Amino acid sequence: MVPGLAYFLLFHYGAFVGNVVAFKEYVPFDGLWASPWVGFENFTRMFGDADFWHATWNTFYIAVLQLTFFFPIPLAIALLLHSLTSDFLRRFVQSVVYLPHFLSWVIVVALFQQVLSDTGLLNSFLGDSGIHTVDIIGNPDAYRPLVVAEVVWKDAGWGTIIFLAALMQVDEQQYEAAAIDGAGPWRRFWHVTLPSIRPIIVLLLIMRLGDILSVGFEQMLLQRQSVGPEVGEVLDTFVFWQGIVGGDTGYAAAAGLFKGLVGAVLVFTANRVAHKLGEQGIYK
Amino acid sequence: MTTAVSTKNPTRPAWKENPKPATQAAKAVAITVVLALVLIPFLVIISTSLASNKEVVANGGWVLWPTDPTLRAYRNILSGGIVTKALGVSVGVTLIGTLASLACTSFLAYALSRPGVLGGKPILLIILFTFLFPPGMIPAFLLVKGLGLQNMYAALIAPVLINVFNLVVLRGFFQGIPEELYEAARLDGAGDWTVFWRIVLPLSKAALAVVGLFYAVSYWNAWFNASIYLESDHWPLSQVLRTYVIGGAQISDTGLSEAGMVSAPQTTQMAVLVIATVPILLVYPFLQKYFTKGVLTGAVKS
Repeated sequence: MVPGLAYFLLFHYGAFVGNVVAFKEYVPFDGLWASPWVGFENFTRMFGDADFWHATWNTFYIAVLQLTFFFPIPLAIALLLHSLTSDFLRRFVQSVVYLPHFLSWVIVVALFQQVLSDTGLLNSFLGDSGIHTVDIIGNPDAYRPLVVAEVVWKDAGWGTIIFLAALMQVDEQQYEAAAIDGAGPWRRFWHVTLPSIRPIIVLLLIMRLGDILSVGFEQMLLQRQSVGPEVGEVLDTFVFWQGIVGGDTGYAAAAGLFKGLVGAVLVFTANRVAHKLGEQGIYK
Repeated sequence: MTTAVSTKNPTRPAWKENPKPATQAAKAVAITVVLALVLIPFLVIISTSLASNKEVVANGGWVLWPTDPTLRAYRNILSGGIVTKALGVSVGVTLIGTLASLACTSFLAYALSRPGVLGGKPILLIILFTFLFPPGMIPAFLLVKGLGLQNMYAALIAPVLINVFNLVVLRGFFQGIPEELYEAARLDGAGDWTVFWRIVLPLSKAALAVVGLFYAVSYWNAWFNASIYLESDHWPLSQVLRTYVIGGAQISDTGLSEAGMVSAPQTTQMAVLVIATVPILLVYPFLQKYFTKGVLTGAVKS
């Protein structure tokens, strides 16, 4: 127990204390504690920084896109799989759709670049067929749909696990009863399947809302360069760029802290709303 | 109750009567699309990595099915040089990291799963709190620097030693072990360690396998910490992959290829990609059956 606890105290609480750097002007030579205090200067500077607001806007934009497009797809795949009557086929498709989840973002991004870049698979195919080519990687207009497509490819299959499990728990007798009452497949889906898994849908939706500001740091960082900060910068990459690359440590920590606080507020709000709607939420 | 429908196929429940052909066709199309979207990229990458230079050039860089497969790209990158070294680093970090993480996670999970452990509940809350409020990138960076872990492999393991989700999965699993077993062991005079080694661990093989896989995959895939803490001569495979495949740097520039053995850049890149993916594909089928169980235990408890 001791090593595990020591880990949490050091790397989480110890690091957490390090957030005081947000209120300091960090001088590497002096170290964290000897660096001078500057109060809220980093924060006031941040709120007046157009780049910071730009990153915030991008974060929300991508988050909303992900919520709209990424969230329903696992549910759709789960419903499709659940409706299959062949056990073998269902298991096989399941194994295949889970697979991309275990690849790193480096691999996924590399894959997408290889397939979609101007010299990639899709374009060499389009070029050969005489259709004009499209540049998807490196095109700022395509960046947001692209990152959402990557998330869908990587994790949509994985997201079905929890929906499938919920579907398995739906009482078979309810289907039977509905069928006897003359309900066709669609009516059974609408009146039995969906209501039964509603709580789990709401729960996952809240969890995603609480996590909305973290839109795939690794994924964004890997691709930021190909489109530039104009559309590619999100809060996490902003923190990374300012603090770790730029060395503006206190300022970056302030932005990180801001993100953490907004995230926490979102978790609380989402959970509150869930309770109001009579759902269980994440915690009491 | 069971009417004409079920006489066709008595093992199927009555409500699963034969679907309409149109529905079935639609489902078949949907499934084919899903499978193709996942599998075709894999196929292309493996094929291209195996293709000969001539074929790659003739195809404009892409091969769907190599007519004349060759292992030259693999021989090139594995004949010493940066990829070979990075592969060694990745294997080492993954093995040591997974073992260390599994050990620390299961000790802690066991302690927290037993009722009446001193401070059990507050400690659990302290840990769950970190899940909701991670400390942030900059403080973590300063801490690792402050501890002097820069350019040490420990910087890849120590900061991510325990994953709260995995901890909760294991704790949930340990709690599911029947209380009678613990009591019987106690009556036989077994201490905490004996109970843990002789009873809890053997019963938890499935859960340990899942958690171990999650850890192994995350160590294998990690590149961010390597990119900020390590010099390039210490890089693991994923960071090398990032630099040479996504960054587009030429692998041959780094003294990688033997003279006269140069392959087309695409084949080399794809071969690195395959090498980075293969270990995951290898362990995947063995552990796949445990996923759902492991993930659900965690999800229900948290």
